[in-house]
Amino acid sequence: MSDYVSDSRLERVLKAGHLGVTSECGPPRGSDPEEIKKKGLLIKDYVDAVNVTDNQTAMTRMSSLAACVHLKLLGIEPVLQMVTRDRNRVALQSDILGAASFDISNMLCLSGDHQSFGDCSQGQNVHDLDSMQLVQTVRYMRDEGKFLGGDDIKRPPRLFVGAAANPFADPFEIRVPRLAKKIACGAEFIQTQCIYNIDKFKEWMRRAADRGLTEQVFIMAGMTPMKSVGMAKYMKNKVPGMDVPDEIIQRLSGVEKKNQAEEGIKICVEHIQELKEVPGIAGFHIMAIEWEEKVPEIVEKSGLYPRPEV
Amino acid sequence: MIIAEKKPIEEIIREVEAYDRILVLGCNECVTVCEAGGKKEVEVLASVLRMNFMAQNREKTIDERTLERQCDHEYLEEIRDVIDQYDAVISLACGVGVQFAAEKYMTTPVLPGVNTVCLGANEDRGLWTERCQACGSCVLARTGGICPVSRCAKRVLNGPCGGSTNGKCEISKDTDCAWQLIIDRLKALGKMDDYEIVAPVKDWSTDRAGGPRTVTREDVKI
Repeated sequence: MSDYVSDSRLERVLKAGHLGVTSECGPPRGSDPEEIKKKGLLIKDYVDAVNVTDNQTAMTRMSSLAACVHLKLLGIEPVLQMVTRDRNRVALQSDILGAASFDISNMLCLSGDHQSFGDCSQGQNVHDLDSMQLVQTVRYMRDEGKFLGGDDIKRPPRLFVGAAANPFADPFEIRVPRLAKKIACGAEFIQTQCIYNIDKFKEWMRRAADRGLTEQVFIMAGMTPMKSVGMAKYMKNKVPGMDVPDEIIQRLSGVEKKNQAEEGIKICVEHIQELKEVPGIAGFHIMAIEWEEKVPEIVEKSGLYPRPEV
Repeated sequence: MIIAEKKPIEEIIREVEAYDRILVLGCNECVTVCEAGGKKEVEVLASVLRMNFMAQNREKTIDERTLERQCDHEYLEEIRDVIDQYDAVISLACGVGVQFAAEKYMTTPVLPGVNTVCLGANEDRGLWTERCQACGSCVLARTGGICPVSRCAKRVLNGPCGGSTNGKCEISKDTDCAWQLIIDRLKALGKMDDYEIVAPVKDWSTDRAGGPRTVTREDVKI
């Protein structure tokens, strides 16, 4: 994995063997770009790249691509998230070229939450491609320099291509084969679902390593600090595919309400420290949901600051 | 078969309000089996309409008829000699039957009495569930006989997505995760290795994306 496929800083960091750090920003529910710029600047120096979500939970927001451009113009490296829910292959390829025209260098391919969760529950979904086929598509565009239709692309996109993995969704036994499939499709980095069940995650990593998968892809562990015991319970009971062990809830319940956020950060930092030692972990994807200001503190306390020069 | 369900009676009354001579037309095929538009449902709907208009002291003619099929010229011809006696037809057939009747009798309004829901099966008494979306290019040989196009809310061809929990779909705890079913079946068949075969980008031109679909068979044409 020595040749660079893009101009991505994230790619260089990971390929140099450093633990990478990414975070995420959700675009606003309006057209004011200041909010996303503010969020980006808060974390700029503490991460290698910033994921920009694509209408997450199917709530209509400023487009991921537009928000990525705002960050890029501030010198912040974005990871363009693209879901297959809202666009067909024409629009996806078109947006990939649009992103590449701004020299956006990272992309994360997702299927997206079902629209019934969002503000357009009566809308159609598209799913012309699924997330793995989107990985294949962008790799084909980059590596072959061609559109899916077979025509040549003038100045093909140079993107470092990622996919998501949820080690906790069911059925568990296919979680590693599914990772293998995403790698076979061309995923170069993986950002995982939020990890709270450390033992189960380690088991997934062990199985991935046994199959040699950790040699073939950079796995970034997804971390989301809990703000309160209420959030922990919500994540456990309401968010699909999330595995929050009771001990996390008990630990947060055990401290006064005003101190729960601090405890949540503490747990997050402890988890990062522990996972740093797990063979095959290439970095951390810190998703502090509407709590971006805490990312610098988590990165520092986890010993991941300063970010390496590459 | 085609699964349909009865339209709300208020909607039907609204649609036929302006007409005085109405034919309620059932179909003996799918809609009879799924108990939405057969002879029995024709009787019930006609009675409800009669009672409704009687209560308003409005005199209307409401007749009943059920054909063997409404998606077939031969059976639809059976009402040609009576069609002019009516101002409107409420067809309890699926959307195919409604349209076929409408195409045949150009000057008579043909109104739908059911909502056509899906291609499905009678899973249990009073329960009909979707099995096929007629995508025109069947993938069942590769998915253990379970259809991800019709049964996965995101029609993910390389599933399951991250929203699969305890065998259920993220959209509802009452909806099975199609990919859990596929994996269970692949396991039962001893074909779990097939799980890792990547489904390529699908040609959806045989789906509704390609426009109205037709099947032409020269060998059976007259």
